[in-house]
Amino acid sequence: MSKMTLKTEGDTHVVVTRRFAAPPESVYRAHIDPELIQKWLLGPEGWTMPVCINEAKPGGKFRYEWSNGKGQGFFITGEYLELEPYNRTVHVERMFLPDPTPDNHVETRFEPDGTGTLMTMRMTLPDARTRAAMLATGMEGGMEASYVRLEGLLQPAVA
Amino acid sequence: MHSHLSLDAAFSALADPTRRAILARLATGESTVNELAEPFEMSQPAISQHLKVLEDAGLVTHRVEGTKRPRRLAKPGIEAMDQWLAMLRKALEANYDRLDAVLAGMEKPKRKGGTKR
Repeated sequence: MSKMTLKTEGDTHVVVTRRFAAPPESVYRAHIDPELIQKWLLGPEGWTMPVCINEAKPGGKFRYEWSNGKGQGFFITGEYLELEPYNRTVHVERMFLPDPTPDNHVETRFEPDGTGTLMTMRMTLPDARTRAAMLATGMEGGMEASYVRLEGLLQPAVA
Repeated sequence: MHSHLSLDAAFSALADPTRRAILARLATGESTVNELAEPFEMSQPAISQHLKVLEDAGLVTHRVEGTKRPRRLAKPGIEAMDQWLAMLRKALEANYDRLDAVLAGMEKPKRKGGTKR
């Protein structure tokens, strides 16, 4: 299948790209319709999303809660800043582990790519330290972030 | 035995651009502190301090050669980090593989004139 790429950019960004066989309309809907989100945004085997609230409008809020069925879980909350059906969404989110992480600003683009879609998700963290912490601790559910290839992390900071 | 590797310390160590640059440099081979300090407008003690953070995080190691202590990448540290990152990557990929299945089961959207940009 199509390959995902994930890399760091500058000191504060993480960029994920992925191609899908479906058109942008479908991929966009799958990102904002709670019934659809609950089917795929689950991370590792065994995790489910019992709560998925998503008000897909500018200023709208969302809340996703994950559980591994063994008493462990966490949640994220966020707000939509912009929604351009079926091209682009911009939102901020933070994870509760259980303390809130600093806001992650996420722009997701859905571009036609032949008969399919190229999705580009660009995350912006407040600073390099936060990004490192997110990469290091976040993602038990494998959510919005993040794997970074070593060469991405090791980009020289000076020429 | 390897010292205890802390992924948290490893990622924190990577939060600093100078330390990432040092690692990038060490990826091309062993270097002394002098050689490492050269491309940076930084004192040797400052570089040594960065090296200490990297060593504590298990990412860099050194050997003793007379008065020199050449530094190199510590394989176990880099590998542990790589493995852990591969796990995260797998979780994210699992999401998108599931999304492929969800998309395959969705009705094709009706194309209308005017929705194209």
